[in-house]
Amino acid sequence: MTKNIKISINGIPIEVEQGTTILDAARQAGVIIPSLCYHKDLCIAGNCRVCVVEIAGQKRLAAACATPCEEEMEILTNSLNVLHSRKQIIELLLSEHNADCTSCFKNGSCELQKLASDYKILKQDFIRLVPFKNYTIDKFSPSIIKDDSKCIRCQRCVRTCAELQGINALTVAYKGDQMKITTFFEKPINDVVCSTCGQCINHCPTGALVERNYIEKVWDAIADKSKHVIVQTAPAVRVGLGEELGFGPGERVTGKMVTALKRLGFDAVMDTDFTADLTIMEEGTELLTRLKSVLVDHDPKVKLPMATSCSPGWIKYIEHLFPDFLDHLSTCKSPQQMFGALAKTYYAKARNLDPEKIISVSIMPCTAKKFEAARPEMHDSGYRDVDYVLTTRELAIMIKQAGLDFMKLDDSHFDRLMGESTGAAVIFGATGGVMEAALRTVYELVTGREIPFKNLNITPVRGMEGVKEASVKIENPLEEWTFLDGVELKCAVAHGLVNAHKIMELIRLGKADYHFVEIMACPGGCLGGGGQPIPTSPEIRKKRAEAIYAEDEGMPLRKSHQNPEIIKIYKDFLDHPLSEKSHHLLHTHYVARERF
Amino acid sequence: MTASYQLKRADFIFKNENDWEQVLQKSISRSPQDLINELISSELKGRGGAGFPTGLKWKLTAEVSDSVKYVICNADEGEPGTFKDREILSMVPYKVLTGMAVCAHVIGAKEGYIYLRGEYFFLLPELNKSIREFEYYCKEINLDFTIRIFMGSGAYICGEETALFESMEGKRGEPRNKPPYPSNYGYMGKPTVINNVETLAHTFTIFKYGAKRFYDLGVQYSRGSKLFSVSGDTPKPGIYELELGMSLADFVEEFGDGDTKAVQVGGASGFLVPRKRFNETAIGFQGKLVGISLPTGGSMMLFNSSRSMFNVLDNYLEFFREESCGQCTPCRVGCQQLLKGIKAVKRGEKNAKYLDKLLRLTETMKLTAKCGLGQSVANSFSSIVENFREEMIY
Amino acid sequence: MNPVSELIKNLADQHGRNRHNLLPILQGVVEQEKYLSEFSMVEIARELDLPASEVYGTATFYSFLEYKKMGKYIIRICKTITCSMKGKNQILLAIEDMLKIHVGETTPDGNFSLLQTNCLGFCHKAPAMLVNSEVYTDLTPEKVREVLSSYLKKQKEEKV
Repeated sequence: MTKNIKISINGIPIEVEQGTTILDAARQAGVIIPSLCYHKDLCIAGNCRVCVVEIAGQKRLAAACATPCEEEMEILTNSLNVLHSRKQIIELLLSEHNADCTSCFKNGSCELQKLASDYKILKQDFIRLVPFKNYTIDKFSPSIIKDDSKCIRCQRCVRTCAELQGINALTVAYKGDQMKITTFFEKPINDVVCSTCGQCINHCPTGALVERNYIEKVWDAIADKSKHVIVQTAPAVRVGLGEELGFGPGERVTGKMVTALKRLGFDAVMDTDFTADLTIMEEGTELLTRLKSVLVDHDPKVKLPMATSCSPGWIKYIEHLFPDFLDHLSTCKSPQQMFGALAKTYYAKARNLDPEKIISVSIMPCTAKKFEAARPEMHDSGYRDVDYVLTTRELAIMIKQAGLDFMKLDDSHFDRLMGESTGAAVIFGATGGVMEAALRTVYELVTGREIPFKNLNITPVRGMEGVKEASVKIENPLEEWTFLDGVELKCAVAHGLVNAHKIMELIRLGKADYHFVEIMACPGGCLGGGGQPIPTSPEIRKKRAEAIYAEDEGMPLRKSHQNPEIIKIYKDFLDHPLSEKSHHLLHTHYVARERF
Repeated sequence: MTASYQLKRADFIFKNENDWEQVLQKSISRSPQDLINELISSELKGRGGAGFPTGLKWKLTAEVSDSVKYVICNADEGEPGTFKDREILSMVPYKVLTGMAVCAHVIGAKEGYIYLRGEYFFLLPELNKSIREFEYYCKEINLDFTIRIFMGSGAYICGEETALFESMEGKRGEPRNKPPYPSNYGYMGKPTVINNVETLAHTFTIFKYGAKRFYDLGVQYSRGSKLFSVSGDTPKPGIYELELGMSLADFVEEFGDGDTKAVQVGGASGFLVPRKRFNETAIGFQGKLVGISLPTGGSMMLFNSSRSMFNVLDNYLEFFREESCGQCTPCRVGCQQLLKGIKAVKRGEKNAKYLDKLLRLTETMKLTAKCGLGQSVANSFSSIVENFREEMIY
Repeated sequence: MNPVSELIKNLADQHGRNRHNLLPILQGVVEQEKYLSEFSMVEIARELDLPASEVYGTATFYSFLEYKKMGKYIIRICKTITCSMKGKNQILLAIEDMLKIHVGETTPDGNFSLLQTNCLGFCHKAPAMLVNSEVYTDLTPEKVREVLSSYLKKQKEEKV
């Protein structure tokens, strides 16, 4: 039972729930207390001390993020003591920070820079500590660049890696002036257990953790007249991109995004949603095949539950932490990689292009996709299937560089052949979406009837619960699927690797009776991906999810198997799901990696 | 100078008492409330340096209802200039163990720990022997209480109580946010009393002789006796039990070498008192006695006129730069700035006015650092720079 | 089984496999091996089911948990104020001269490492040093040479 307590903030009386921190209480009162180490997604650290406030009767200042309000507390967020101290703390942080702002990837979006600007730290006469430090830049990962000289030791990345992802690739090491954020024995990120999900980037206030960017390479490719540059856009990009370009969270900007990409000079603008639909056809069929192998043939080599494989952060995670369970993964490539393999085969053939001349670019809400595209096995077209992966943020930068007034752009449509999609593909961008899309198709394939959920909305798998469960009973199946008659198809959905761990533990202990599980590395699914606009928070992710489902409801087709381009590709090129050609181009295998 | 500010020796802590069994048995036959009252009326305050009233600490923890509670003896004696706790543990360990057992009885704990600094590894065999004997007796009188030693591994900050819990939990010894306080949320998140070695030894005296005997020593606000670790430029370095409330002038007369220039009271995290203020300074906890009054964990370091106060401060700051846990900005960066700052002034790279900026920085550290370490760096810095400014510059 | 792995397994059996058992296990390995190698830390992480980075982050916090190869005897000279005032530097010079190593180094035969440390709590008997867990106080250059000679002699005898 919570009771309310009375406090005052800067003389204004307000009532807050007991247990409310001063920081939250102030926000309720319309007072913003600046902070750095605080993040809504993470536990309280209270270590940057930027949010200090004065409490009447107390000698010392208190960290607003870590101090709960107490009855009758009189709080000053703006006293001279507070201002002086706060300013000096910012100055201290700057003295340890390599403030080469004009050549920093985060220039303009750095929280420390903003504080320095808000508090007008004009005279920095503390001794610059940067020259005395052995700061290093780790550039070995294809996804993440870690620059210690920009780090302010707020530990948001460490908490992200531990609390949201359960990986602990990053840790705090040493003490005193030597204290730093690093990895096991200071190895490059690429050599440790990192999933490359990029959540650390999403939560870093400065330029200490950023994506490896390929903007210049893509501009070069576009400018090269001998190259045919095609681009695909992931489902979650269209509900995030607007945030970087003037819109509020949750604005759908699909049509503007397509226009912008065309204006940037891409030769063809197509949609990862197309291969999301294709994934459903392949993965759905794989699921049914596995069910048959287990339920009818009792093949001990075939493993259930089958787990989705679209999230490359999740793939790298399971390769590191559960290498003995890789058989549970669907062999389907992610939609990005399916697209890449088809771009240089199916698309090249249909358009009569030399695949060697095709440069395949993808726009992803994700940094793990950069790693995925660079995996040696992703060359099934005979070339590197996806040449460059840009995050949503990088695309926004290109749009700004090109001088496009994004908010004023007209809508346009994706190009044909691999540009058509259904609502089922769009929802890949939200946690539970792949599951929902798969169920819409699989149920209909097996029974010949639409899945019995109102308006096709399978609500039990939606929402931000860490682990969601659902089941669908199959009755009166078509003749081919009689072995499924009466089977209750059990599913689970997890997002954020800390939740993936829960499901994997059940599987490891033999306690998971699911048939199919969907796992996405990032909180909220791809819409909360490591390549999405910063900041992120539960509220922002909720708005993006609402946009995704609105996009789905607005689509004329909402089941993957209805996509006319999907029907066409099977007719013209792939033959049928799990065909030999499918196996060659659309499926892959996994690699066991070291846990430590 | 009135009599009460004179230096008076006392002899309780190291007095060999061979009746700890009776003291323990007698004490645990009393009600927790009774014992708490005794302790409160003695006005015993923590001997680690912070000076929190011990009776109140036990009371607060006793009032929290939880089936699991802990008693922890803080033997992470790391403050430069302090070495009394080691002597207590090697000379009269049973007093400390008895204090812990009585505390356990008062608050309702079954497990006790001694957090022993890694540097004192060599104490282990003897101390373990004492603990085994003690536990054997506890069993005999049906007292369900065990004591284990937890070794530190070389980290000054682990003497901070919440950092000590973190360390015992197998983590980096980083201080926690407060609140919550140990009485509610201590080791393993359970209500915990954590007391300094000497504090626990004093509780033995109080439970044996009664609160009055203790209270009659010392002065108002600073009751009882206290162990002082005396070092530096003194002809008789060592450990001395003295009544609280003495004037520093008296202390220097007793322990100085005739040329005492300044005394560092309370270790690197304490204050430096220059000769001109010896008369007006008393050693105790609070209240305006004669002039200023200094809390102390008992470290008294004397410096004669041959010593450079710049070197002294430089040494302290080097210490803090390394021993800060590094998590909070004011302490981590502040210590680096102070150290680099005084060096720059000394070398003439920064002008003398820069010392004022550094003094303002210590003010910020005092106001905003997460724990006592970062807050107390200001003590030695400002007291040295303000009193020996010219030594910092020339 | 690798002897270090076996040591770690035994330590974990003795202390337990929870997070709060980590420090005693790290200390046990250091007592035996003098330092924590990458291999040891991975083994400890495996044994306690902890992320290796956490083991590393925790170990590097504590100055007595060395993570670089150390000699059989680790000499730690106190460098804090009183020892510093009372001639720590002369002691250091005497040792450096005798062992032909500088602070932070290990003798080529792997017998001695020389380090400085913060207050050992023997300010009244300064200067002081530790050799492994043995304390030596009231040091003079002569005395420290005697102490080291006894260790060197012990080494020679063990060799024979």
